Amino acid sequence: MSDPLIDRNTAPERAPQAGAFSAFLRRDFYSGWRLVILLVAVLVIAPMSVVFFSWLDPATEIWKHLAETLLAELLVNTFWLVIGVTTGTVLLGVSLAWLTAVCDFPGRKVFSWALLLPLAVPTYVLAFVSLGLFDFAGPVQTRLRAWFGSSAWFPDMRSTAGVVAVMTLALYPYVYLLTRNAFLTQGKRMLEAAESLGCSPWRAFFKVVLPMARPWIAGGALLVIMEALADFGAVSIFNYDTFTTAIYKAWFGFFSLPAAAQLSSLLVLIVFAIIAFEQWLRSRMRFTAARLSPTGERVQLGRTARWLACAYALAVLSVAFIVPLLQLLVWTLKVFHREFDSRYLQLLTHSLTLGLSAALLVSITALVLAYANRRHGDRLTRGLVRTANLGYALPGTVLAVGIFIPVAALDNTLISLAHKLFGLEIGMLLQGTIFIMLLAYLVRFMAAGFKPIDGAMHRVTPSIDEAARLLGLRGLKLLARIHLPMLRGGVLTAATLVFVDVMKEMPITLMTRPFGWDTFAVKIFELTSEGEWERAALPALTLLLSGLVPIILLMRHTEK
Amino acid sequence: MKKFNFKRILFAGMLAMLAAGPVLAEELVVYSARNEQLIKPLFDAYTAETGVEFKYITDKEGPLMERLKAEGKNTPADLLITVDAGNLWHAANEGLLQPVNSAVLAKNVPPFLRDADNQWFGLSLRARTIVYSTERVKPEELSTYEALGEPQWKGRLLLRTSKKVYNQSLVAMMIAEHGEQKTEQIVRSWVANLAAPPTSNDTQLMEAILAGQGDVGIVNTYYFGRLQKENPDIKLALFWPNQKQEKSGVHVNVSGAGVTKHAKHKEAAVKFLEWLSSEKAQNIFADANMEYPVNPAVQAHADVAAWGEFQKSPFNLTQAGALQGDAIKLMDRSEYR
Repeated sequence: MSDPLIDRNTAPERAPQAGAFSAFLRRDFYSGWRLVILLVAVLVIAPMSVVFFSWLDPATEIWKHLAETLLAELLVNTFWLVIGVTTGTVLLGVSLAWLTAVCDFPGRKVFSWALLLPLAVPTYVLAFVSLGLFDFAGPVQTRLRAWFGSSAWFPDMRSTAGVVAVMTLALYPYVYLLTRNAFLTQGKRMLEAAESLGCSPWRAFFKVVLPMARPWIAGGALLVIMEALADFGAVSIFNYDTFTTAIYKAWFGFFSLPAAAQLSSLLVLIVFAIIAFEQWLRSRMRFTAARLSPTGERVQLGRTARWLACAYALAVLSVAFIVPLLQLLVWTLKVFHREFDSRYLQLLTHSLTLGLSAALLVSITALVLAYANRRHGDRLTRGLVRTANLGYALPGTVLAVGIFIPVAALDNTLISLAHKLFGLEIGMLLQGTIFIMLLAYLVRFMAAGFKPIDGAMHRVTPSIDEAARLLGLRGLKLLARIHLPMLRGGVLTAATLVFVDVMKEMPITLMTRPFGWDTFAVKIFELTSEGEWERAALPALTLLLSGLVPIILLMRHTEK
Repeated sequence: MKKFNFKRILFAGMLAMLAAGPVLAEELVVYSARNEQLIKPLFDAYTAETGVEFKYITDKEGPLMERLKAEGKNTPADLLITVDAGNLWHAANEGLLQPVNSAVLAKNVPPFLRDADNQWFGLSLRARTIVYSTERVKPEELSTYEALGEPQWKGRLLLRTSKKVYNQSLVAMMIAEHGEQKTEQIVRSWVANLAAPPTSNDTQLMEAILAGQGDVGIVNTYYFGRLQKENPDIKLALFWPNQKQEKSGVHVNVSGAGVTKHAKHKEAAVKFLEWLSSEKAQNIFADANMEYPVNPAVQAHADVAAWGEFQKSPFNLTQAGALQGDAIKLMDRSEYR
């Protein structure tokens, strides 16, 4: 076999693009890389096809009912939610990333990692805390009524703007984390170059710096869009009807899993279209800037601007993290004496084990996919890689079922085979094992791992490979000495995102966990499903705190 | 041929290794849509009494039922525990449960709180009733669920979202009582009286009444019980509606359980169900969540009994399941979100 890391296709002149089908027929298709992506893609496609096969039995009656009553409203709501949250997270994420990565202002060092902390707050927790604080019956409006007699002018929390605000605050760290990485590796150099050519700083920022960071911004925004489309927790707490709500209604109300799956498949198609569009835009650009370390000097803001930046960062951090944290603390203190017991250690062990193993598994797989994507630029590979990223767009519960059905079918086949061939009575082999849980997480969080690594991969230009090879570095040495150091930021980002996401994840954990494998998220689910928010504060708080460690570690590694 | 046999043996050996695990004689596997806090005390008490061990998993009822379906006859589950008659009805309807003939259960669980074919049994009872502000509403002003749509409650009514199965069952039972047309009129009149968009849970609803956003609402008794426990002087009270009508009454619902169709330990599962309907378990069951016992021979918890006696809607709860789809469509049409 030829050296797996020598790549022919990233050379400036790419090989002619092969059609999807003819690629199957070519012999070199079955080389190592491609087999791996094929395997990953199959894993993702299996649950996805359970979803798409639902169309064999179209749920006409439910579709008709939805079309007559809710569909228009759902589509409009979903549209505004996605537009609002994407705009909001990009504005917050990019501006904060720029400020903390390149500029200097009071508290920058603390903010640079602290602004990531909201990542550890599950959207549903932030939603409930915000509603608890700012709704009519909450302390804020109650106080206002006590002072002024009326809080009539207070904006209604349970509105589109309210949901958008909450989800923006919960999700901006995705954009922040990815974009900041781009700004850090890009450094101040681009800005200086543009300024030396006569651009004003603002113009330079918008004309040069931002376009250069596009793959990262878009990667973060895509994660946000997928999260927003798949979210059920926050929208149901706000009773805000979206596409996801309809999916749940079809399933839990009308007990039609086919209808739910059909609705979900539309979500997947929408996301696929968005990803394809983004890739098409990106394919016409080339990112060749590669400076590993920033120059070390920072943009000095003016006196007022410095403090404005500080106030801005503090404001975001407060509403997205400090206030919810305090609220959770208050609740926890109320219930701690009767809620806390020795089982919390077990919950912690389970959560951490799952989070860490999934982070490792997803990062490695994402790395392989990103390499494959870079090495084989043909349509089939790109299609497979894109497909492998779609799990993030499905509502977790639907994906959980999509994973469970083939696994159970496989188990049932094995059981009957064992019985027929050997007369053996065996139990379930695969389901209810950690192995299946990890596979499910892989399917769900592939995108969260892939986006940062793929973004970083764009900094590894063909000329770097060529130079390295001229100097005699090949194969794993090339990977270890050149690529991994260049990709380090991206890999760490990926691992952290996946870790925190897995710790927060509910539906897959609930559905696929072995007996007794409860986690913090399971505990939160159990309590909140009965409306016991105060009692859920303790697991929520511990979940949040255990998510902080990797985040802080990550920032210490990438911070220069 | 020799090689083939070798492979076979290897395969069998691998399977046996993977599948090996001690098989306990006395063990029950439970899939539960009730949370651990509420069921674990029961498991613990039963284990202490009989030595039967439990393995359980909690999730939403939808995924649990899909799980049972996908596992088919190889399912490890013996029992399905869930809330709401609608969910239980669907489990039976999907062929996930099996009939249980037990004189004990027949005696302890009244017929209208269990499946006609004995595929599931109600184990604790909750009432979905009217809650009102004691500061702004006199109980004399209240009469029925239907009357909450009258003009005097304009801008004063609060409801929980129609997505919650409790409201779906309430409306389903109203369809059983009044027919679809009249029920739709009632639901529309409620929507017209709403003081604020529907809340996502009962507790939020009661807090909104306390804060003065509305004056009356419909909630499950145990949510009120929880607030009252924390704050005995709470300025809210429960009202039992539809007491003066014949063949009507307070809408009640259950949490319940059934033996799965492919249960490996059917006998043990039935014994456990019987025990759950017994006085001892009924007390634990009801005390843990401030619900009413289903067994008429068992007294309710003192705090719960203090809310007073009431006439229950006599309709068999099976209808909550059968009419659930119609109820949801009706609520969608009425713009009850």
